Amino acid sequence: MTVNAWLPLAILASSLIPGLIIFTLPERAVALRTTLNLGGAVVKILLLVLMMVGVFHGVVFEVRIPLVPGLDFVLHADALSLLFVNLSAVLWLATTVYAIGYLEGSPHRSRFFGYFSLCVTATVGLAMAGNLLTFLVFYEALTLTTYPLVVHRETEVARRAGRIYLAYTLLGGVLLLTGTVWLYALTGTLEFVDRGFVSGLGIDPAVLRVVFAVLILGVGVKAALVPLHAWLPRAMVAPAPVSALLHAVAVVKAGAFGIVRIVYDVFGVEYAAELGVTLPLAVLAAFTILYGSVRALFQDNLKRRLAFSTVSQVSYITLGVAIAGPIATIGGLVHLVHQGFMKITLFFCAGNYAESAGLHQVSELAGIGRRMPWTTAAFTLAAFGMIGMPPMAGFVSKWYLGLGGLEVGQDWVLLVLAGSSILNAAYFLPIVRTAWFDEPSDERIRSVGPGGLESPLMLLLPPLATVAAALVWGLFATMPGTPLDWVQFIASRKYGE
Amino acid sequence: MQTFIVDTPWTIWVVAVPLIGALLAFLWPRRAVATGFAFGLATAAVSLALLWQVAASGPRIYAMGGWGAPIGVDLHTDGLSAIMLTMAAVVGTAVSVYARPYLAATPDKARGFWPLWLFLWAALNALFQTNDIFNLYVTLELLGLSAVALVALAGSGPALLGAMRYLLVSLCGSMAFLVGIALLYRAYGTLDLTLLAARADGGLQLGIPLGAMVAGMLLKTGLFPFHVWLPPAHGSARAPVSALLSALVVKASFYVLLRLWFTFQPADEGLALLLGGLGAVAVFWGSFQALRQRRLKLLVAYSTAAQLGYLFLAFPLAASDPALAWGGSIYLAVSHACAKGAMFLAAGSIMTEQGHDDIDGLDRVVDRMPLTTAAFALAGISLAGLPPTGGFVGKWMLLQAALEQGLWHWALVIVGGGLLTAAYVFRVLGYAFTESSHAREEHAVPRTMEWAALALALAAVSLGFIAPWALSLLEGVLP
Repeated sequence: MTVNAWLPLAILASSLIPGLIIFTLPERAVALRTTLNLGGAVVKILLLVLMMVGVFHGVVFEVRIPLVPGLDFVLHADALSLLFVNLSAVLWLATTVYAIGYLEGSPHRSRFFGYFSLCVTATVGLAMAGNLLTFLVFYEALTLTTYPLVVHRETEVARRAGRIYLAYTLLGGVLLLTGTVWLYALTGTLEFVDRGFVSGLGIDPAVLRVVFAVLILGVGVKAALVPLHAWLPRAMVAPAPVSALLHAVAVVKAGAFGIVRIVYDVFGVEYAAELGVTLPLAVLAAFTILYGSVRALFQDNLKRRLAFSTVSQVSYITLGVAIAGPIATIGGLVHLVHQGFMKITLFFCAGNYAESAGLHQVSELAGIGRRMPWTTAAFTLAAFGMIGMPPMAGFVSKWYLGLGGLEVGQDWVLLVLAGSSILNAAYFLPIVRTAWFDEPSDERIRSVGPGGLESPLMLLLPPLATVAAALVWGLFATMPGTPLDWVQFIASRKYGE
Repeated sequence: MQTFIVDTPWTIWVVAVPLIGALLAFLWPRRAVATGFAFGLATAAVSLALLWQVAASGPRIYAMGGWGAPIGVDLHTDGLSAIMLTMAAVVGTAVSVYARPYLAATPDKARGFWPLWLFLWAALNALFQTNDIFNLYVTLELLGLSAVALVALAGSGPALLGAMRYLLVSLCGSMAFLVGIALLYRAYGTLDLTLLAARADGGLQLGIPLGAMVAGMLLKTGLFPFHVWLPPAHGSARAPVSALLSALVVKASFYVLLRLWFTFQPADEGLALLLGGLGAVAVFWGSFQALRQRRLKLLVAYSTAAQLGYLFLAFPLAASDPALAWGGSIYLAVSHACAKGAMFLAAGSIMTEQGHDDIDGLDRVVDRMPLTTAAFALAGISLAGLPPTGGFVGKWMLLQAALEQGLWHWALVIVGGGLLTAAYVFRVLGYAFTESSHAREEHAVPRTMEWAALALALAAVSLGFIAPWALSLLEGVLP
């Protein structure tokens, strides 16, 4: 096994350097900016392919740079980090294409795309973090790089939303910092290890329970666990590509990924179950799932409805982790990917409705399916996936979650899943029905694209591509190379048998 | 080349170069700007050479006039001195680059600024290397007087008032220090710190002078409740002067305090607790005041009062692992110098550009001056202790020191203060991104000024990456 240090750094640089260059570009340099954006996204994916081939052949990719006394900044490629890096890199490409189309002609694009690239850099760094310190560094960096995107519109509403966003996420960051330093003071290491590093050190379990709670609350803010979720619906004031990125890849996923790391690679899931901390987490996740769905029912604004839906859906990941069984782990981790693709589709579609027809409310969408069939088709499929209908990818996630609950004797999980599916159907199906079957009542709908494209190609292709992926992963879930296949490999390493 | 750098006594040059520059700039006022600027850059270069020398071959002792202690006066340059000198060099370079275009519109102020600033720099560099307690007093006094004169340079009513108050405080602090020196000399018959460390035996004959000197330094550093003079003085001076005061001058008296502490190593836990407690109150009080300010420069000035409090948290935390707590405190001091310097420079640019510095009237300043806003943001991130910055490293170390000993109340101060810092930094940034109907002027700001602030902020950020190397310089210095 050989160690390669340059590749993780190159993967970071593939979005960091274009981002920094983009900041310096004048607004009118559209061609150069687009080249940098797309070039960086493509290079990142190519480098990732290279890294996956390397990992497959037993190459270890790791960078170590001393950061604070006794602790290193570590970037490391393991199976779990590759899962998240892949998700980020692929969805970044899709979102970049979409954002270029969406923001055409609007002001401050250099600033936007600069921070956009930095935000992805932070996400990818967070995915590759090899210890809790590095994770913390990128977790905070993500907060800081997304803030300018949230307040991008430069309005008073945006400023207030940004303030709420920061209040929550920085508080989460401080909790994570406290937990991290505390853990370091107790254990003297922060290195992520399969099956955790805190067991067997003779530390008082009561103290460890508190550390666990502090850490989980720290990342739980970004994962939008109730009652730490209130920032998410407010952050909807940001432009659509930002919402898509925040909900599918960057911020909420960073929180969910943090929970995964803390449970599996800091505490070890079996030791966490022994400490008795997984059951409360599972209950909290279950409550969040139901609460988010119920709130989503009552939102007329489409983006807000999707936001509450995210609150609910992201907690499936937490639930899968917290059930503490191998099969549920598969369900939770695979949902990390599946939810990303489905939710990003929904946000792209919501953006298209807003951009092409000026529609923001669910009640205005009557008959939109006739004018915007492609967008509405993508929306419909993604919504079916969210509900958990076969053959969409969302079904696979729920199937494994349910089975996993039964496997460890937590039958109540099935009830939560069933209840949540009904609620999902209750807030998604009316949108689908009215979009396809009702007569158009809104003036604005008739003005959309007779004879031409319903939306520019750059706005249409990303949702179609992402929803196609979600469909393929549902249909061919058991084929080699799918997220499910990869996640099964990860799960086998996190349990002791 | 290598031997030239290793053999030259840079110790003396880092004091001589700015001193000569100050004299020349004073004697030829017409060429003051060019002379001052050139000698400023030269001072920075000489300081870096000294840093290299110390890093490569360890602490240096220079016996002035070849006499040697206890008869003569020695200059000691150890790792801590080298770090402080480098801090002064980095901040000094940025301020010098900034001050030239900033003062170009007012030539008479420029002629006053350069000799005073170089004189201040010389005093500072001498102070950081002195191993003689009376010399400490002399350099402190020179530093204080040139700082007061620089504040008064602004010429406005509030600035003169601030300068007067600052003068009084500075003199009181020096007097207390001088009293301490006299008592120490009477008791131990020497002024050399190394000899004092060997001879000091504790008891009241050490306790009383030490108390007087510590109190004097607290006054000059502006630790709560002695901070009242600080915001008016720092807030009303011209931007480069504010940057120098907040970044460097208050650090000088803190440095003296550290030297005293390392020399005498008081075993008194009560005093350590008192200093830490005052620091904690300063963190919260200063931050709340900063949150309440309507003017940007005053916000930044109150932030200094708060951040200085952090430096004192090391005193009660240093018991079990001194290197960790002191290292964290010193690292915070250096990071704060870069970050706060950058913040004051950025605030100065904003004030120049729009003619006022009301926070709620920043009116999308991010679109007009992206570099300046970036400088303010990066500096703020470092102040708040968010990674990856020098401030993060410093706070991490203090937090680790607190949690390893299970001292939760200090840990809460550290993280709570960080949150408050983030709150006032992002309050400014929020308005910087928002449209406002507040009236404003529009003046062009030279790019050099914007870049100088940004470079200093980037220095604060890059401190987050060199901590293990920088802290290794402190080995052997800390108790």
